[in-house]
Amino acid sequence: MDSPARSGPHTLTAMPEPTHDDPTIARLRAEFGDAVLETHAHRGDVTAVIRADRYRDAVRLLRDDPECDYDFLTDLAGWDRLKLRQTPRFEVVLHLYSLSRNARFRLKTRPEDNAEPVLDSIVDIYPAANWPEREVYDMFGIRFTGHPNLKRILMYEGFEGHPLRKDYPFNKRQPRVVEREIPDDRPGMIF
Amino acid sequence: MVRLEEGGPEVAVSGGGPGFFTSRLSDGIAWARKWSLFPYPFVTACCGMEYMSVSSAHYDLDRFGAAWPRFTPRQADMLLVVGTISHKMAPVLRMVYEQMCDPKWVVAFGVCTCTGGFYDNYATVQGIDRIIPVDCYIPGCPPRPETVLDALMKLQAKIQKQRHGLTGPVRPAHTDSNA
Repeated sequence: MDSPARSGPHTLTAMPEPTHDDPTIARLRAEFGDAVLETHAHRGDVTAVIRADRYRDAVRLLRDDPECDYDFLTDLAGWDRLKLRQTPRFEVVLHLYSLSRNARFRLKTRPEDNAEPVLDSIVDIYPAANWPEREVYDMFGIRFTGHPNLKRILMYEGFEGHPLRKDYPFNKRQPRVVEREIPDDRPGMIF
Repeated sequence: MVRLEEGGPEVAVSGGGPGFFTSRLSDGIAWARKWSLFPYPFVTACCGMEYMSVSSAHYDLDRFGAAWPRFTPRQADMLLVVGTISHKMAPVLRMVYEQMCDPKWVVAFGVCTCTGGFYDNYATVQGIDRIIPVDCYIPGCPPRPETVLDALMKLQAKIQKQRHGLTGPVRPAHTDSNA
């Protein structure tokens, strides 16, 4: 169905912005070449997608290189692209911030295996990644090799599956106590 | 005296002798209990802000004798479940309920405790009545303090209708042969 709003100023499609003059992108391309799979920018927020085998090296470069100096890990998150029919299916997104340069950068990477996704841990580079990596493992089942304590952080012991995977039924529940049957008509009940 | 079931014990009914006395006693105990509800606030989520509003001086819960929260279930007789209950939290809520001494009543405060609210997902219990029995449901997201006061008065009316004894559990009115 055509909607006139789609051609208006609030169109969902972001205007492509050039990234070739961004110094961080240039630095990543110079260092990793073809391993930088994609780059894009939106209103000044720059993103690069790095191949999983160079992920740790890229993170280390972004932190240690004086031109980059992204010394603050704002967030680390997971993404299941099952319904988008993208492959590889999973993506891990890092939001980085440089306190000295007041600059932000988003680094993405895609673990190769769709069934048993595995990625290198970056806890030794950014200690702040400890709990976010546990959350991504909990919710998406991405295993981070080298993580000091990779176990569930939000869901309870005995929970089966990973609830933010798009093939997890949204209303599937795993109660820890036996639930009562709820009859419709209960005498003496005040509603 | 009547028998409720074939071969069962004889039970006094209201209208004369000991039956009249026990029903008056029940009414008296109910009167005392409904005006001295000690709440245990089991507050997990944003409804807690509304609970604070209710329990502050402006709405004056002391009118109902229910203003003094006891932060141990062993001293409370009204469990106020305020906020979303997750499956991870469910065993804790159940244990708190089991630690409360009889007589005890449970109030589900807000739509998340009543039904799970809009959290129809992997994490949330779809109504605490799946874990523990509930006496009174307060809808709203969050409920206005007036709704909470209304629920409190309805709970008081319910307590007055229940059958109380000096020992033993409180029974709902419909199990009373006098009702």
